[in-house]
Amino acid sequence: MRGPEQSAPVFAALGDPTRLRIVARLCADGPQSIVRLTHGTRVTRQAITKHLHALAEAGVVRSRRDGRERIWEVQSSRLVDASHYLEQISSQWDQVIERLRKFVEE
Amino acid sequence: MDRIEKTVVLRAPLDRVWNAIADSKQFGAWFGVAFDGPFVAGKRITGKIVPTQVDAEVAKSQQQYNGLPIEWLIERVEPKRLMSFRWHPFAVEKNVDYSSEPTTLVEFALAEVDGGTRLTITESGFDRIPLERRAKAFTANEGGWAKQLELIAAYLAR
Repeated sequence: MRGPEQSAPVFAALGDPTRLRIVARLCADGPQSIVRLTHGTRVTRQAITKHLHALAEAGVVRSRRDGRERIWEVQSSRLVDASHYLEQISSQWDQVIERLRKFVEE
Repeated sequence: MDRIEKTVVLRAPLDRVWNAIADSKQFGAWFGVAFDGPFVAGKRITGKIVPTQVDAEVAKSQQQYNGLPIEWLIERVEPKRLMSFRWHPFAVEKNVDYSSEPTTLVEFALAEVDGGTRLTITESGFDRIPLERRAKAFTANEGGWAKQLELIAAYLAR
């Protein structure tokens, strides 16, 4: 279990709307380059790069080299506690059971 | 936590519940899938997501996945006792080939009890699912990942 000590740098790193948007975008669209991350925003590539490094320092994102590009991705383990997504699936199964109940009991 | 387990008592006879689970046509009617054939142990089965026939509201929310192809591997079919299959959890994105990704195992276990049939649903093997896929599951569900970001934002605003 992670305590507040480990969570604090994560929250601090996300304490900026641009950084929060970067993380949301990496979550929604998957690993991508800085060029793609910059696309459609008014933030400069240099600024995005700076934010990414701040996020990487907190362990929220990480990068790998792919040819000439650097690809950035969310390090989900720091953000998504396994129990959160299992709760999600768990509630989906509750709905499935309700459908089966309607089918066999009515 | 690698598994989810749900137990419920259905007020219906064992035969009826078994048929609702083991007959792919009946299973599809309530779950919301049009299967291309019967469930056979050890065989793959394909189909398409269709809206459920038992709940109009759920059917509406399933509409966005209508027609999405699915492929399950039926593992065991033990009459009136157990039906199990492997599938790809969160496999709801169009144009993504999930075939090389790890699967989870889903088991429907039945037992006759006073007043009906006890059903235990178990899904296991989540530890093998890539974190990226897990994160995507949140974007696929309202109140999931978006909600997490809201919580983070609220935390920071205090």
